[in-house]
Amino acid sequence: MTLLMTVFAAVISTIIWYISSKARELKVGVLLYMFWGASLMWLVDAVVEYLEAGAEFFEPAASDMLNDTFLGISVIALALVVWVIYLLIKDPAGTLKSNILSRKDH
Amino acid sequence: MACFLAPMTEAIVTTVIQKAVKKKEDSSEGKETVNKIPLSDKLRWLNGMLWGGSGLLAFEHLWHGEITPFFPFLTAARDPADTAEMLHEIATSGSAMAILVTAVWTVVAIAADKLCSAGRPAVKKAGASS
Repeated sequence: MTLLMTVFAAVISTIIWYISSKARELKVGVLLYMFWGASLMWLVDAVVEYLEAGAEFFEPAASDMLNDTFLGISVIALALVVWVIYLLIKDPAGTLKSNILSRKDH
Repeated sequence: MACFLAPMTEAIVTTVIQKAVKKKEDSSEGKETVNKIPLSDKLRWLNGMLWGGSGLLAFEHLWHGEITPFFPFLTAARDPADTAEMLHEIATSGSAMAILVTAVWTVVAIAADKLCSAGRPAVKKAGASS
């Protein structure tokens, strides 16, 4: 479930990055790296698990699925927080800088 | 258990390489113009995927209680039998993760170069006589 959610997040952020120049300015590429990197790594994990467990891999217990869903949401939230922090540090639109400068002037 | 350590180690190495390549490219800027994306830019993509992916995997390991904020940081490091299993996992799953990410990056980098050179007319090396 975590892998699925990360793959969906990767695909959605790639589409947003592709169609929107504003998104590219806002460093959405950082999300792409994180989600695609994690998706590929969890894919390896899933293949290893499948090789060990066989078809049972596709029939997870409800409690495991719930926990994995919760983890998937948390992973996406963490990635978004990292992206926002990166965005504020880089400040590509200069919003933060101009806000701080205008406060200094008063 | 700690499979993310393999791609994280690769990320450290490729980050150092990327910095060195960038420095070299900056010092030789203007000497030659080729129809390709700079290697340092392509290495930045690899670094992003390796750091981003291993960072999120580290969070997953923290979630499952396999990483602790205190020494020895990895719960599997407390017991020799678990340590052996952890090292085996790093060597197998971890290496496979690092190889897969690098393989995907190689394909993307080659495709990007092909797209780049197909989209632009050929640029000859600066200083070459016609």
